[in-house]
Amino acid sequence: MRNGSGTFRRVKSRDLAYVALFAAIVAVLGLLPPVNVPGLPVPITAQTLGVMLAGSVLGAKRGGLSLLVFLALVAAGAPLLSGGRGGLAVFAGPTAGYLYSWPIAAFVIGLLTQLFWKRFNLAWALVANMIGGIVVIYAIGIPFTALFGDVSLWASFTGSFTFIPGDLVKAVAASVVAVAVRRAYPVIELPSRRATAG
Amino acid sequence: MRWGRRAAGGADDAVATGAGIELRGVRHAFGERVVLDGVTLTLTEHRVGVIGGNGSGKSTLARLLNGLVVPTSGTVRVDGLDTRTQVRAVRRRVGFVFQDPDAQIVHPTVAEDLAFGPHNQGLDDAEVAHRVEEMLDRYGLAGHRDHPAHLLSGGQKQLLAIAGVLAMRPQRIVFDEPTTLLDLANTRRVARVIDELEQDVVVVTHHLDLLDGFDRVLVVEDGQVVADGAPAETVPWYVARMG
Amino acid sequence: MLSLYVPGDSVVHRVRAGLKLAVLAALGVGLFLGDSPVLMTGALLLTLVVGVAVAHLPWLALAVQVRPVWLWLALLFGFHLLATDLRTGTVAVLRLLALLVAAAVVTATTRVTAMVAVIEWLASPLRMVGVRPDRIGLVLAMTLRFIPLVADKAARIREAQAARGGSRVRLGMAVPLLIEVLRMATTVGEALDARGADDVPVRRGGRRARLAA
Ligand SMILES: Nc1ncnc2c1ncn2[C@@H]1O[C@H](COP(=O)(O)OP(=O)(O)OP(=O)(O)O)[C@@H](O)[C@H]1O
Ligand SMILES: [Mg+2]
Repeated sequence: MRNGSGTFRRVKSRDLAYVALFAAIVAVLGLLPPVNVPGLPVPITAQTLGVMLAGSVLGAKRGGLSLLVFLALVAAGAPLLSGGRGGLAVFAGPTAGYLYSWPIAAFVIGLLTQLFWKRFNLAWALVANMIGGIVVIYAIGIPFTALFGDVSLWASFTGSFTFIPGDLVKAVAASVVAVAVRRAYPVIELPSRRATAG
Repeated sequence: MRWGRRAAGGADDAVATGAGIELRGVRHAFGERVVLDGVTLTLTEHRVGVIGGNGSGKSTLARLLNGLVVPTSGTVRVDGLDTRTQVRAVRRRVGFVFQDPDAQIVHPTVAEDLAFGPHNQGLDDAEVAHRVEEMLDRYGLAGHRDHPAHLLSGGQKQLLAIAGVLAMRPQRIVFDEPTTLLDLANTRRVARVIDELEQDVVVVTHHLDLLDGFDRVLVVEDGQVVADGAPAETVPWYVARMG
Repeated sequence: MLSLYVPGDSVVHRVRAGLKLAVLAALGVGLFLGDSPVLMTGALLLTLVVGVAVAHLPWLALAVQVRPVWLWLALLFGFHLLATDLRTGTVAVLRLLALLVAAAVVTATTRVTAMVAVIEWLASPLRMVGVRPDRIGLVLAMTLRFIPLVADKAARIREAQAARGGSRVRLGMAVPLLIEVLRMATTVGEALDARGADDVPVRRGGRRARLAA
């Protein structure tokens, strides 16, 4: 949607709406029961799909903020994590690093998506979602578990391996959706290169 | 730029001259697409209706009246205030009710949502609370004060949306298809609410019976006002034209 | 549905949310500084006493919050038995458990709105970089408001697709849902503006006082 006459402020209010609505989407994805995919060791939960979508639909800033908002509500006592978890306790558990990584992951995915925006297609979407939605999340989650639970990095690393196939499935799903949404309703607007008027 | 805006916001009551809404040579385009052209109008009546086919430009016209859309060219003035330069002051005067109440209820509970507008106006807590109570009473929502808004019926949601605007005590209210999503009973209820308002109203609608007793009805077609007059003339004309 | 708060009238309930969070943070730091099993056991017992005896929380309310990490704690303990020693394992597990219970007590005795007010307050230094703290409160409130709405929209789209004979709906519904939500965001943004969300910044304190009450 072009925003022919939009003032600066108006864009701002709509951004608040984007952030809140995507935080709500991440919460609703947490309500879905985990899916068993044949051949995968552990059931897939949908919530990190929301992380990927937030980044690849809204872009870096709004995507990252929507996950921050989501986590703030979880911390405030809303049981919005899959399985009805929430409250401050989940931020102290050994797997809390994965939660902390979500806003950063969404931000990175958004950043890469913006970078690829002009030639964005399934392949570029996959690159963004795998780097931001898998590499970043594990790069934060694994050391956190090691540090917090006093276990070795290697043990923490191998322990998280069972989840990777599921995450790959999600990265593909998020990429397919992101490309379709971009075609129908692109939200990311690159700063238009202004003629440097004298 | 910033400074100018701030000054405009503060000048709320100071520079209000000429009562009514005045559009002069208004043209509006989204990108290449011209959706309103050559609209010149002065609205001073108590109740004004706007009708026309889908995509004719009614919503754009409505949005111009409180500065949600600023015209590509031409000017819109509300009681003398220009929507381009004094948008905050204009918005304080002109409330806006949208078609879908779900999109304009932004707080989780009924009372919190009613408090939102008055709170943004910088009123003190006592005054905000007073207005919330007043609206809860007037629209039969008192029993739902702390209820989640999503548990209300469609009709109650639209009443809440209207009450949320009225709590700000605007002098005028623009409605964009306020009854389109409602059933017959709730349509009548909202029609009665609009009927009873002291404020001047502009109502965009496809429900022609909503316009009974209105002072003036505009017909919009292809971005232009093609008929303008008492509902007894314009509504039958529009119906005949639609064939 | 959207809260782990357990209504009550105890001292713990009445203590200001900000203070509870400060104590919790201090406890977190303190427990990681020490490493004696006695200290950890003491801390765990203390938090349990505060939660169950002082705040009158049902065991279940605490268990619900701690349960998701049981398995992890067990794994952690097992790992320490194999890799380090019993003492290190016990300390690590007790420390986490004490912290989890303390966090659960704070969550169960504090309303979401009061927590949101604290978040708003914590964010107030961001004013210097141009962030308006009351907007953070607004976005949090909007999210709570929109969760049931988005869930409804998702359910409606699923029904519509099922009616047209779509059976594998999971991914197929994501695109229409997202587009509907994105469209709605435009109207929500307009509604915010129409109701003065971008009007003169509100007085400090007013909203916070109302929310925390
Ligand atoms: N933000 C926008 N960007 C681009 N085009 C727009 C935008 N808003 C409206 N339009 C286009 O402008 C034209 C007029 O739209 P408007 O919403 O004013 O019509 P309307 O008379 O309210 O129609 P309806 O009865 O369907 O509500 C339409 O063709 C619409 O597609
Ligand atoms: Mg319209």
